[in-house]
Amino acid sequence: MTSPIDPAPRSATAPAVAVGLAPAPKTDRPAVTPGRVGRGRRSGRGRGQLIGWLFAAPALLFYAVFVLRPLVLTVQYSFYDWNGIGAAKSVGFGNYVKVFTDPDLSQSILHAFVLIIFFSLIPVALGLLVAAAIRSVATSKLGAVARVVLFLPQVIPLVAAGIIWSWLLASDGLINQLLDLVGLGGVTRAWLGDFSTALPAVGIIGAWVLVGLCTLLLSAGMSKIDPSLYEAARMDGAGAIREFFTITVPGLRQEIGVCVTVTVIAALASFDIVYIATQGGPGNRTMVPGLQIFYLAFSEREIGLASALAVVLVLLVLLVVVPLQWFTREDGS
Amino acid sequence: MITSRREALIGRVLLVVLMLVTVVPFVTLFVTALHPSGTYPSGLSWPDDPQWGNFVTAFTSARMGALLWSSTLIVLGVVPLALIFGTMAGFAFGQIRMKGGRVAFLLLVLGLTLPFEGIITPLYFQMRDFGLLNTRWAIILPLIGLFMPFSVLWMRAHFVSVPKDLSEAASIDGAGIWQLFWRVHAPLARPALSSLAILLFLWTWNQFLLAIVLVDQPDKRTMAGALGAFQGQWGTDIPLLCAGSLLIMTPTVIIFVIFQRQFVAALLQGSVKG
Repeated sequence: MTSPIDPAPRSATAPAVAVGLAPAPKTDRPAVTPGRVGRGRRSGRGRGQLIGWLFAAPALLFYAVFVLRPLVLTVQYSFYDWNGIGAAKSVGFGNYVKVFTDPDLSQSILHAFVLIIFFSLIPVALGLLVAAAIRSVATSKLGAVARVVLFLPQVIPLVAAGIIWSWLLASDGLINQLLDLVGLGGVTRAWLGDFSTALPAVGIIGAWVLVGLCTLLLSAGMSKIDPSLYEAARMDGAGAIREFFTITVPGLRQEIGVCVTVTVIAALASFDIVYIATQGGPGNRTMVPGLQIFYLAFSEREIGLASALAVVLVLLVLLVVVPLQWFTREDGS
Repeated sequence: MITSRREALIGRVLLVVLMLVTVVPFVTLFVTALHPSGTYPSGLSWPDDPQWGNFVTAFTSARMGALLWSSTLIVLGVVPLALIFGTMAGFAFGQIRMKGGRVAFLLLVLGLTLPFEGIITPLYFQMRDFGLLNTRWAIILPLIGLFMPFSVLWMRAHFVSVPKDLSEAASIDGAGIWQLFWRVHAPLARPALSSLAILLFLWTWNQFLLAIVLVDQPDKRTMAGALGAFQGQWGTDIPLLCAGSLLIMTPTVIIFVIFQRQFVAALLQGSVKG
């Protein structure tokens, strides 16, 4: 008999062995099941196969029709010069060349990467620091309240976050009021309308949405780190900083990976916040690929160009996310 | 021990600061919504004469009733079907494990990180060809497809951990696979299902891109989609815009506060798996 832990999928035609069954796991769901042993007691094995596919069919059908087909079509459209109504003209890789050479389009990709600093780097870094600092109070009553409060930005639509912050960052808004209060009246401005501050201002909105999520995720991850590790570090005379880098950060590898993945996707595929807060302006200063695709396809009727940018966006996300997954899952199990 | 007490204090202070940063924007929104319509109130200031009527004005002129109903219909169209299909496929990939299933499963996982913008253009033409543009189906059907990668992955993770002997025992007792699924496995999956239901509800309710691209009329959109039109309508009347925004986010916030335990658990697990 094979090892009881066998993550490799086995077909239902595997020999039916119903002896030595592992005990049922308790309520907590382990990532790897302990008992993948007795299988295939079903009478008709071929029928089991068919039934399996029948069960998966609706999900696969919806996925194929509403995700895979459009995805293939996006790739197809990306080689066309097409306004969506008349005849499509094939232009080879022309649209892709334009995506990388037209300053407006390549800028929008660049902006998405700038947003990674705000959507991803700041929330993850801040989340790590805060999670480390609140370790001792995370289980307190205050911690319980914080769990609810810090999730609020996750619960409201991103559009609402955009509206809230458009007002906070407006020339009469709270941010400027606070700046005036502390004697920084000289720097006040309409943050989202200023060429030099619009993109960081959009970034701040994303940071606000995501910092609570990261903090709570990392904090939950920290509660799983063996406390004796910290005690041992203390005994060895490690300070808080040393402790942070030798125990906390390595122990949170998986959670950090999750936070980075989620937030990077949020940055690269940002749409809602930018659409509401700046509509890509002033000028093109906050134009991001998601919004650019929307404008190109539905206002300018440049279906081919929009699709090429969409393909590039999908590839960018994969390019960032796949290595991240590989990196964090490597010794995860 | 002395250091630990100091650290606890720092932790508390930091936590409170972070909570303030999270909550103050909502408070500003609320206070601003109480100012006379058409004015430009400054930041955080309590109005002399709070205009509670702004909420009524926003409610009626945004036709909030219709918006709520529309969002509810869309949620009712998406969530049950996505749950059922996701669970069935998760069961197939996690328990039945048919030959070649892994390939199909990997194909699904591929869609896990797909930005919606990546397929929105062909989706528009597809919906037009189906004759579904400007109907709620234009949001419902694609969302079911778009949620499948996550739903199947989520439910498969549950079914993988259910011991096989449970199915064995039930089939020895003469249960068909359909009964096995509905009578034995689906009830056992309830915790996983309810978390998934919460996440799907939230993502549907807050879906913006599909709503504004595929449906023209705000009152056939999701709540978030309607908010976009709302801003266009009242972009210049700050107090009314704030009142409307508050109204529009209220349903999810209320549900969140009522079911906060389940929500927090679901959101935490959800981001780990996503």
